[in-house]
This record gives sequence, C-alpha cells and structure tokens, in this order.
Amino acid sequence: MKIRRKQEELRNEVDMTSMIDIVFLLLIFFVMSFKIVELEGDFSVRMPLASNSTGTVDDTELPLKLRLRANEQGQLVSIQMNEVQLGTDFAALQNTVIGLVGSFGPTEDAEKGPEIEIDTDFNLRYEHVIQAITAVSGYKEGDQTVPLIERIKFAKPRR
Amino acid sequence: MRVKSKKVDLAQGDLTPMIDMVFQLIAFFMVLINFAQNEANDRVILPKSVLVKPPEETLEFPIVLHVTQDGEIILGGEGFTTDTLRIGLNRELAVINSEGKKPGDANVIIRAHRDTAAGDVQEVIRVAQEQKLEKFALRVKEDRI
Repeated sequence: MKIRRKQEELRNEVDMTSMIDIVFLLLIFFVMSFKIVELEGDFSVRMPLASNSTGTVDDTELPLKLRLRANEQGQLVSIQMNEVQLGTDFAALQNTVIGLVGSFGPTEDAEKGPEIEIDTDFNLRYEHVIQAITAVSGYKEGDQTVPLIERIKFAKPRR
Repeated sequence: MRVKSKKVDLAQGDLTPMIDMVFQLIAFFMVLINFAQNEANDRVILPKSVLVKPPEETLEFPIVLHVTQDGEIILGGEGFTTDTLRIGLNRELAVINSEGKKPGDANVIIRAHRDTAAGDVQEVIRVAQEQKLEKFALRVKEDRI
C-alpha cells in the first residue's frame, strides 16, 4: 500500500548563503575604507608675479605690512604691523587691523579692498602664518564672519 | 502500519532582520564614503582656522601641491623640490593649455604641513608665479569652536 504524506509542502527556498557572503564582503570593504572627513577650506591668495616687483603703488591705499619674526626653532617671537610691535598676540594684531581698516567698512568688491603684505622669516612655522592670516582676514560674530582684509600677498622669501 | 517521517529537523533561524541591518549598514557607509579624499596626503597635517568654510564650488583647473614637514613638494604622487617643481608644473600646464586655458585660469591649491617652514611655502608660490600661475589657495582645516 502506498502511503502518501499528508503534509508534503512544496517549498521553494532560495539559497541565501552566497548573497550574504558578498554582502558581508561589501560591508567589510566600506568599513575599512571609511574615513571621517575633516572639513577643509581655502584662503585665497591672488599673487601675479608682477605684484612681487616694485609696481605702481596707489597712494590712496593704506600700505599694510605685517612682519612675522621667528627664532631658530621656528617659533613666533614677534609680530610687527606697520612699525607697531604687537608681541606674539594675534588678538592684538586683529584689533590693530580692525582699527586700521575697520573705518573703510565692508567692500563689495574684494579686489578693491585693502591689501596686506606678509613678510615672514623663512623658518617660521607655517601654522603661525595661517594664524596671522586668520587674524587679518576677519573674525567670527556668532555664525557670521566679518571680513577685514581679503587681499593677501607674501613678500619675497627671506633666506 | 505507522510510517515515520524521514524529515530532518533543521533549526533555521530567520535571517531577515540581520540582512536588513547589514544592508542598512552598507547604505550608511556608501553614502558617507568620500572618494574625494584622494586629494589628501597622509604626510600632511593641515593647520586650522576658524574662518574657513568648505568651498561651495570646486575650484577650476586645480593643481594640488602637498608640502610636507621637511619641505618636500608632492604633485600627482611624485616628489619634487623647489628646484624641480617647475618640471611638474609644466606638465600640469600642458594639460591646461591643451584645454585652451591660460595658466592664470588654474588654481594652485597648497596643502602645507602645519610645521613646515613658511619660507618653503613662499618658495612654492614663487616657483608657481614664475610659471605664470597667479591664483593660489592655502588649504586649511576648519576649526569648529
């Protein structure tokens, strides 16, 4: 006598093993290549070669010269803004810049605002130059950035 | 006569929630992965500034120069000194010229290490100026207070 199974179900099961393998490989790839992105930005410096030489100087423009001196280790030892010694205090530098250019008010055309020339010792750590650029470029007021000097150039490197 | 079922009792866990989670993790990492980071160089730690913000538009015709702590300049994965940088820049300028643009249209992105000598960065700018490049971007990390 043939005995039939009462509950013979026809189940179509897809084998998931290979898919799970690949999915885990993908996951491992993304986890390994994941890197927390640090946001970066730029300070724009427009410096055609001609501006480095003795060009015509507009007498109506205030000449702004920032001198940064370093010791042998590259540490900042003095900041001098237009003959005014400011020690090593970037806040004092910023206040001086506000006093010098703040009266001009914000300029719509960044190409026509005041320009500063940064003259540094050769071995000064680059980080201090960026601190100086930050101090003269503007300051934060809440979420807003108040611009000061947007035209920056470098003097000839001192060897 | 009683016939015993030969069915093996397999304990099958429900894989659906795990697969859901794994797919969500993959989607998360896929969205966050940043392939543009190949612009970065592990030998360069950028200085920080509170004023910079990530640019809304990418710079046109970028030439990325990495300046390491010891003053080596890396352009396109190749190391240069200030004496040899001209060769690398000329190579980049040839590409820009072939697209009908002038050197003045290119943007030189300087990614210098925070402890490198400022003079090294100035030298890089001077060499680039001699190749008629005039737009420079000093790249720094955003410092969130």
